[in-house]
This record gives sequence, structure tokens and C-alpha cells, in this order.
Amino acid sequence: MKKLQKIWGVAALFAVGIGIVAADHIDAPGVQGTTADITDFYAFQGENTSNMVFVANVQGLLSPSATGAAAFDENVMIEFNIDNTGDNVEDLVIQAIPRDGKMYFFGPVAPSAPGVSSMVMESAPMASVDITAYGSQAEVATENGMTVFAGPRDDPFFFDFGKYTEIIGGTATAFDAVGTDTFAGSNVLSVVVELPKSVLGGSGTLNTWVEAKRK
Amino acid sequence: MKKILRNIMGIALVGALALTSCDNDDDMSPVTPTPTGPDFSGVYMTADQMGRPAINTVFVSSSMKDEFNVTPPSQQGAKYASAFAAGLMGLSPAYANAGDKNALGLDAATFGSVLATDVLTVSTTAPTTFYDGTNVLTGRNLADDVITVELLLIFGGEDFTENPTLSDDNVSSNDKDFSTSFPYLATPW
Repeated sequence: MKKLQKIWGVAALFAVGIGIVAADHIDAPGVQGTTADITDFYAFQGENTSNMVFVANVQGLLSPSATGAAAFDENVMIEFNIDNTGDNVEDLVIQAIPRDGKMYFFGPVAPSAPGVSSMVMESAPMASVDITAYGSQAEVATENGMTVFAGPRDDPFFFDFGKYTEIIGGTATAFDAVGTDTFAGSNVLSVVVELPKSVLGGSGTLNTWVEAKRK
Repeated sequence: MKKILRNIMGIALVGALALTSCDNDDDMSPVTPTPTGPDFSGVYMTADQMGRPAINTVFVSSSMKDEFNVTPPSQQGAKYASAFAAGLMGLSPAYANAGDKNALGLDAATFGSVLATDVLTVSTTAPTTFYDGTNVLTGRNLADDVITVELLLIFGGEDFTENPTLSDDNVSSNDKDFSTSFPYLATPW
């Protein structure tokens, strides 16, 4: 009985943490394991510090043997959202969508409407690049001010998820002094776009997020 | 001769039907002009979204994870702030007592409210860091140890000294080096 109480106590303590996997890898049942499952989102100043870089990764936890067969889905658009007025509503989007081995990037452009429902903004400035094949050198293109890439990369995320799971499960009470990166040796499909900060608007701070939108 | 012609026409018809049935572009039809570029038409609906790392996974209860993924950020604060605050208090002893704050000076209610709106703030004027001890959330670099930052803000208390065995996973860098040049991410394994 006492043991049961202890188990319940641990369960309550970590109730909100149950199901944690990683940054955003397989975060929710509706997208888990699908081609629309975002694993990570990054936004950082480029090598040229006048530029901003956006990275979206999808379809995580790819073993090397599974990476060659992994592909972007033509029914899934990856949309980078940029709010430059501080109201958390997107003023600009950059849309990435694959067709026949190429990734097409449209933007930055005001969306037809903000929110969950989008059309591809075909009249916006466009850049396209051949999707890099597994094992090949990175294909990079620059068009209309955007430098773009799409293809498999090493998963840049790192975390001792294994130990965290044990802590949540009550079989460990602490992280190890030297942790183990659960994501070592695994790949993701990456979409990267770099463009001048000056085209993103705002007065110093942007609110940004990424969506995977399915047709 | 007629029969052969009919057979050929029949085969052609079957072939055309088979082709159109597995090709939504329908470019076999004589009345549809051949498209000059890819077809991007249609409406695309949100399936997954993400701002800061690990927010949906850590703070949203299982039954609400799908809903959180399709709630626009402008509506997330009102909808999830109180649940996030309760989650922080349930998850971490560092928020167990009234008045407890994290190293940013935020109590559970305030920090929960900040986290519930899941956007990544990015500076267009300052160098990028998730948290470097001084600058907070000017973006997210590939190399930023975001999980340890989040663990410290959840478990570390006012000065990052509380619950030390829970506030750092002791994995501080990626398994491959990043490039300083585009596309920045490392080649796949």
C-alpha cells in the first residue's frame, strides 16, 4: 500500500511530463510518425550577420539505413511564420513545398489569411533547389534574395532522453554525471532558408514559429 | 479491320481512364491545357506547429496535445496559461512554495503565461542565443543547449542551484559539429 502511494506520488509529480519525447519529435498523437511531424525549429543570425536563417526539421529519428528512402511529402507545406508587430499573428510567411524532386520557397509574403488555413502564395518571390539526395553533397541555390536547402541532415538536437524517461518513470532520480545523447547517430529531413533581416520588418524583435500544413 | 480499330480504341480508352485515375493532374484530357509549372493549388491546414523547443511535449497534457498543435499562437495564452502554471508547480519542487521564482524572476503563473504562447522570439539586432547568462531568447542557434536551459528554468530555482541532479542532462553538444556556413547543419549519418 505504501509502495502504491509512492508510485502515485511520482506519477503526479511528473504527470505533465509523461509522453515527453524531445524538442518536438513525435509530440502529439495526430502527427506522430507522419510526414507532417516537425522535430525542431531554429532561427538565428547568419554567417553574414545582416541575414537571418530559419531551419525546420521534420520526420525525425531516421536511422542511417532508413534515411535514403525518407522523402518530403508533396501534400505537406512547411510554413515559417513571422510576426513583426508583436501581436503573435503572422504578418509574413515563407512557404516551402516539394514538387518532383525540387523544394520551392515562396516569400516572404503576407499570407492570404493568418491562421490554420493557407494557400500557396504562388505570386510571391520564389526560390527553388533540387532536394539533396542522401549521400550527396548539399545542393544550395540562391534566388530572389533567398538562399535555400532541402534534404537529409544529422539531427542537430541533443538530449539524454533515455535518462529523462527513467526519471519520469520513477526508475531513476537524477541525470547521469555524463549524459548519453539519445539522438546521436540519427537523421532528419531539413529545410533551411537564409535571407536579409531587412525584408522581415519589425523594429528589433520578431515572433516566429513554424507549421506543417497538410493538403 | 473495324474490330481491330474498336479494340485499339477500347484499349486507348481503358488506358486513358487508368492514367487519369492515378494522376490528379489529369493532363491527358484534350480540353485541359498542359500546365506550365507545378500545381500548388488547394488549401493546406495546420497539422503540427512549434515555436520554442519541447513546449507541447512537456507542458501540454496528453488529451490536449493535438489541439495545442492547431491553436494559433495568438490564442494559446488565454487558453493554456493557467494549465502551464499548474504544470510547472506539479512538475518542479522549485515552485512548491508561495513566491518561488526562477532565475528570470518569474513565478509559476508568470512563467506559465510566457511559455503558453509558443513563439520563438528573435532579435534582428543582437547576436543569437537561447540563453547565455545575460541575453534571453534572441533566437535559437543549432548549438544552444536548450534542454538544459529549460531544465534550469523549471528545476533550478531563483539562482540555478536547486535540484542540481534534475536541472542538467549533462549532454551539452551535438554528436556532429555544425558548419559556420550555409546550410549550417551537419551531413547525415
